[in-house]
Amino acid sequence: MRITQGAFSFLPDLTDDQIRAQVQYCIDNGWAVSLEFTDDPHPRNTYWDMWGHPMFDNPDAAALMFELAECRKVYGDRYIRVVAFDATHGWESVKLSFIVNRPPDEPGFQLERHERGGRMMGYTTRSYASDRPAGQRYS
Amino acid sequence: MSATALAEEANSVPTSVDLRAEYEASGVGEVLAELDRDLIGLAPVKKRIRETAALLLVERARRSMGLAHETPTLHMSFTGNPGTGKTTVALRMADLLHRLGYIRKGHLVSVTRDDLVGQYIGHTAPKTKEVLKRAMGGVLFIDEAYYLYRPENERDYGQEAIEILLQVMENQRDDLVVILAGYAARMERFFESNPGFRSRIAHHIDFPDYDDPELLQIGVKMLEKQNYRLDEEAEAAMRDYISRRRQQPHFANARSIRNALDRARLRQANRLFETASGPLDADELSTIRAEDIRASRVFDAAAAGS
Repeated sequence: MRITQGAFSFLPDLTDDQIRAQVQYCIDNGWAVSLEFTDDPHPRNTYWDMWGHPMFDNPDAAALMFELAECRKVYGDRYIRVVAFDATHGWESVKLSFIVNRPPDEPGFQLERHERGGRMMGYTTRSYASDRPAGQRYS
Repeated sequence: MSATALAEEANSVPTSVDLRAEYEASGVGEVLAELDRDLIGLAPVKKRIRETAALLLVERARRSMGLAHETPTLHMSFTGNPGTGKTTVALRMADLLHRLGYIRKGHLVSVTRDDLVGQYIGHTAPKTKEVLKRAMGGVLFIDEAYYLYRPENERDYGQEAIEILLQVMENQRDDLVVILAGYAARMERFFESNPGFRSRIAHHIDFPDYDDPELLQIGVKMLEKQNYRLDEEAEAAMRDYISRRRQQPHFANARSIRNALDRARLRQANRLFETASGPLDADELSTIRAEDIRASRVFDAAAAGS
């Protein structure tokens, strides 16, 4: 099951040129771009691992594309996303984030039902990928 | 259908190129004119830049006609004594390359050994990469590049920075242009011990020293920018100063002149403060007199020596 998180995730995967154009758009807006990766695809997992530092003073998208290539070499089998952070006073938050790399095989989620007292039902989603320990999930 | 596709193909590749029009449209003329106007002397440098600009313009035209595909090697080395305008020309070069579309942003990142080489194992690579990333889309200007290579210490981390630099210079020619700068003799030795650099650098530009009238002109120009002027005697004093300063050690061409003028301004302010009794007019505030320049140590040394 294809994970849909962040912007553009209902579109076909972006090509490198498209990623570059989006990143350049972020930089031209004065946002600091950075890369994050994870192998836990749960939608509530907001804290991904950082790849390097946010790039506050790189005027060109080539720098991020360079790091993306490096990151793919190491974590090509995981999810990688671009995060664009707006440091403007009053915002100080992520303005745009989108997935730029995903595992070749995404097993999807199981819906777990918990029967509770009084015929109440609780629902949980659990990724099949997270059955295995972190670091071995998509290899 | 295939006929229309063919026709479109033919349309997209121009059959002739008007170089004059390209020249006008790219704004290269403006940069070159600015270069001529703002930089005094440096005739051989200007000539080389003109030639380089022409080459790049033709290359671009060839590319638009499908005759050339590879990005030409644009890495350069600027050699010359201190204060001969290497950094200034690098700035203009970045602008020029940007206007010709060879680099995307046209900014200049100026670094020295300290910015590239780390202090302990594993520190150098991230540091160098950080700088390279900052320079992508623009020009990386490495001042006194020969300090990167220290043959006397084989464990020096400079070698690591050189390797990363070479790799990026080769593989990411579209993304950044590297300009190495430094004294001619030491650069020569640096290239000898790092043949990888020599083969990756296409343009070697040599910056000659300025002669005395040129230096005076530069000084006058610097002052003009700050709304100061030299009176006639001061100009004579300045001429005298330049010829004496040249004989002394650590002479750094235009930089020495700038420092001398900064000190002259200091003395002028002091003189005005101590001698002025009434209100001063703008003319008085912006005139540097001979005594402000003659008070320099350069004249003492010359007097003591003779």
